[in-house]
Amino acid sequence: MPVIELEDLVKSYGPVKALNGLSLQVPQGSLFGLLGPNGAGKTTTLRILCTLLEPDSGQANVAGINTLIDPRAVRRAIGYVAQEVAIDKILSGRELLNLQGDLYHLGKNDRDQRIEELISRLDMGNWIDRRCGSYSGGMRRRLDLASGLLHKPQLLVLDEPTVGLDIESRAAIWELLRELRRQGTTILLSSHYLEEVEALSDQIAIIDQGRVIAKGAPDYLKSQLGGDRVTLRVREFSNANESEKVLKVVQSVEGVRKVVINRAQGYSLNLVVDNEKVLTRLRDQLDKEQFGVFAMAHSRPSLDDVYLQATGRTLMDAELEVAGKRDMKLETKKAMR
Amino acid sequence: MSSATSIITSSSSRQSAFSELYQETTALTKRLFLQLFRRPSTLIAGILQPLIWLVLFGALFSNAPKDLLPGEMSYGRFLGAGVIVFTAFSGALNAGLPVMFDREFGFLNRLLVAPLRSRSSIVFASVIYITVISLLQSLAIMGTAFLLGYGWPGPAGLLLVLVTLLLLVFAVTALSLGLAFALPGHIELIAVIFVANLPLLFASTALAPISFMPSWLGWLAAVNPLTFAIEPIRAAYAGPLDLGIILIHAPYGDLNGFGCLSVLMALTIGLFFLISPLLNRKLT
Repeated sequence: MPVIELEDLVKSYGPVKALNGLSLQVPQGSLFGLLGPNGAGKTTTLRILCTLLEPDSGQANVAGINTLIDPRAVRRAIGYVAQEVAIDKILSGRELLNLQGDLYHLGKNDRDQRIEELISRLDMGNWIDRRCGSYSGGMRRRLDLASGLLHKPQLLVLDEPTVGLDIESRAAIWELLRELRRQGTTILLSSHYLEEVEALSDQIAIIDQGRVIAKGAPDYLKSQLGGDRVTLRVREFSNANESEKVLKVVQSVEGVRKVVINRAQGYSLNLVVDNEKVLTRLRDQLDKEQFGVFAMAHSRPSLDDVYLQATGRTLMDAELEVAGKRDMKLETKKAMR
Repeated sequence: MSSATSIITSSSSRQSAFSELYQETTALTKRLFLQLFRRPSTLIAGILQPLIWLVLFGALFSNAPKDLLPGEMSYGRFLGAGVIVFTAFSGALNAGLPVMFDREFGFLNRLLVAPLRSRSSIVFASVIYITVISLLQSLAIMGTAFLLGYGWPGPAGLLLVLVTLLLLVFAVTALSLGLAFALPGHIELIAVIFVANLPLLFASTALAPISFMPSWLGWLAAVNPLTFAIEPIRAAYAGPLDLGIILIHAPYGDLNGFGCLSVLMALTIGLFFLISPLLNRKLT
């Protein structure tokens, strides 16, 4: 049974439609990645899941419990690590964890033992008794992970868990997430980092403009796109005439699906081919036709290609498009109760 | 499904509703006090400001003709009751600020994703905290007033002071918490506090009796909630306690001690019913 079932969620903020019929199922025990550019609706989805927001229509179930019918049971099942870490600067990390434990009604012994466990697992011993105001971004994120994990939730929900973090902290968090998954915790994380979703998730959903546009295992999605990518240059700087000739040559090779001349890159050729074996045939054919090979680069399709295929733009372009349009004041207001 | 839900129900039946409510309210209250101990400046300022009022304002009018004041009391003794009430009032008016900051910084969201037995515990914690602080500040003022020779109420009087202050603090705390959820940010809340504070003080009987005021100001003072708290406390300081005697000669009629307390009680209950739907809406 899926741990999370989202059905046709719709949510608007005034004229802005944040979610537009989003449906999703997250299977038990998976490490599930929500990938999408800023403003795609990832945070809104997670907020509905964590009972911070009510959808305009549609419904969300966590472990078979409807978020609107029994929100307390949902809250107990979830450990939520928000994007902007809200901590009380004047408390120490340990005091914050104590507070968190009381809010989840842990018994005192239970709580203290669990806190010790997390302090050593997340390597927080050196600074946990210092005031939170002095923590670095990585420390804060680790403390927030600890407070999300304190009550041993069956579902961990993380909103952009490593955004703005140094490489070391990021690696440490990735490792912890993998370990938690091995121990059976279901994890849902949102990210606009391709490599993060690709490195961690066994299932992903790509979100764009408030709906799911693709879902499945990353490898499956890439293979669905079909074909490998090849960039071919017969010379470092070719010309229109020559590239047309080469195009005709490679087009006839068995296993080549599509060829495009990339004028911006010195008339190199971008090919979509069936598989790696086509490369040998390409070399042979070019050799036969008296063309040299200056460079031939081969790559598997990336998740960005998946995104490109579904939306007609790259993730980077989508980010740039919304970058100037974000209304930070409105977003703060959305986050406020 | 069965395994997932059974984990949840077993943990929710682990404790009774009351002990969960107690645990979360205690934890939230403890947080507010930890903040206070580590940043005591607001507490100190909250005691210093009324002390300065008491000393400077008391000195300013110490030569006021005695027959101006009821019962021919000294101005210092007259002022004492006003400053005690003003202290409790401004302390309670600030109750919404920590809540507003929690809203703005997202800490409230941390509380809202937790499976609190009742979100009223967030409000309870604020009320407990502010009540303790306001009473402490008022006691400090009472102690100083005593040292300045402005007297000390008897045991029954002290009880009356306590009851009066509690009623006022509850009412004003409810108002401030309501504002903390109704206003968009702390700037607006501070502006309201700033604007409300001094005019309410001047338009009350804290600094001068109604008989001393022009009639329009007398009207204002006679409907000002602070007046209904000041007069019983002043009576507690004046001598043997008798709530039956007339305390306020208002333009609309005379009011005795019971009348004053009833008005305060009605105000507290009224504000409670006015504010709680707002809090419910914002917290659920």
